[in-house]
Amino acid sequence: MASNNDTIGKTLTVAVSLCVVCSIIVSAAAVMLRPAQQANKDLDRKSNILAAAGISDSSKSVDELFEQISTRMLDMETGKFTDAVEAEGYDARQAAKDPSQSIQLTADQDIASIRRQARYMPVYMVENQGEIEKLILPIHGYGLWSTLYGFISLEGDLNTVGGFGFYEHAETPGLGGEVDNPVWKSLWQGKSVYAEGSYTPKLAVIKGKVGAGTADAEYKVDGLSGATLTSVGVSNLVQFWMGENGYAPFLANLKAGGA
Amino acid sequence: MSKTNEVVITPIFKNNPIALQILGVCSALAVTSSMSVTVVMCLALTSVTAFSNLFISSIRNHVPGNIRIIVQMTIIASLVIVVDQVLKAFAYEISKQLSVFVGLIITNCIVMGRAEAFAMKNPPGISFLDGIGNGLGYSVVLLSVGFVRELFGSGKLFGIEILPLVTDGGWYYSNGLLLLPPSAFFLIGIFIWILRTAYPDQVEKPEFEMAPNTKKEAA
Repeated sequence: MASNNDTIGKTLTVAVSLCVVCSIIVSAAAVMLRPAQQANKDLDRKSNILAAAGISDSSKSVDELFEQISTRMLDMETGKFTDAVEAEGYDARQAAKDPSQSIQLTADQDIASIRRQARYMPVYMVENQGEIEKLILPIHGYGLWSTLYGFISLEGDLNTVGGFGFYEHAETPGLGGEVDNPVWKSLWQGKSVYAEGSYTPKLAVIKGKVGAGTADAEYKVDGLSGATLTSVGVSNLVQFWMGENGYAPFLANLKAGGA
Repeated sequence: MSKTNEVVITPIFKNNPIALQILGVCSALAVTSSMSVTVVMCLALTSVTAFSNLFISSIRNHVPGNIRIIVQMTIIASLVIVVDQVLKAFAYEISKQLSVFVGLIITNCIVMGRAEAFAMKNPPGISFLDGIGNGLGYSVVLLSVGFVRELFGSGKLFGIEILPLVTDGGWYYSNGLLLLPPSAFFLIGIFIWILRTAYPDQVEKPEFEMAPNTKKEAA
């Protein structure tokens, strides 16, 4: 029995049929479970937007809380709101891969190492009687191993950071993965992005801790120890998205009342 | 004891995969800092071990000897991917915390070890039970390590507060070491110690005997 199993023909038959069966099982599982996984991802994205905005209420579901947030599409080229695309079902990550829906970045623009940027980005707002209370902006960029996807929220003055956090990354657990640490995320609250009258972002992650002696402490956040490259990546992506190729033109328009 | 009972019960204490065979220790260090994550990891590993044993055993008479390890790996890897997909669909939060460790079940020596040592030589039914038994053996160690780590490391069990922490106005000073992976080494060591005191036949013979060192010249 064992001896005729070892012929070349039998070996190939077993190998091929095993691969076919296994790949069918794996792909069937992946396809059938995708809707549930997508729903989980959406829920996760919404709860991250809420967390970045600092909205939490355990008595309400994520979907109920999300109702107070309005989503608008932003045209990155003009820095103004647009109705050219629907916010519902829009996937900025897919759009960034599509040359007709994205902007190629030159090497010196691309400090966050994202290569292409979607032309339209969703922005989320908490409004109160026409005034923006909180503005939540999606950001992403390259860390050490992975692209970090997250949100930064700004207070009504469009300069003070209200919250900051990533919802997807694959940095080293315990080192770069500490970007998820609530203590570190809370360091961002109350920091300022821009100096008065300018739209060049000053907010950055520094090496070491921000102490009493640090100059411009209101623009600086502690680096993550043991994760220099992740810290540099986070700093770069904040600089990029708050800069002239990111949301700075939009914020300027918004402040002038013309977005 | 019937053979059915034997294959399920003995791996739990008498022939524990972690404590006696010292297999699968890496995930025991990584995923035991909270009970809910630990339970999911145990379920994932137990089901992968049981089903990989079942499938490998049912085709064992057709597997060519020279590609048998690859065949086992393919089956194990497919099962692990399915488990990972199921977790992402139904337990998203926990699958995020487990991250790479579900994928690493593929390389967990318990799964591979049972496939090669048991499922290749025994019929499917008993192999399935052997997988369950070894999964339980793994779970016993993980759950006891997880219990101590979460209770004394963060004062909680399954996320529910048991010992109120000083930082939240309680009286319990948490032991931060227990939340770090190395603490699991000490706990598994203590577990093995207790087990080998109860079952002295598990103690290996020392590889070298120290010569008695009584005289100065003999030293």
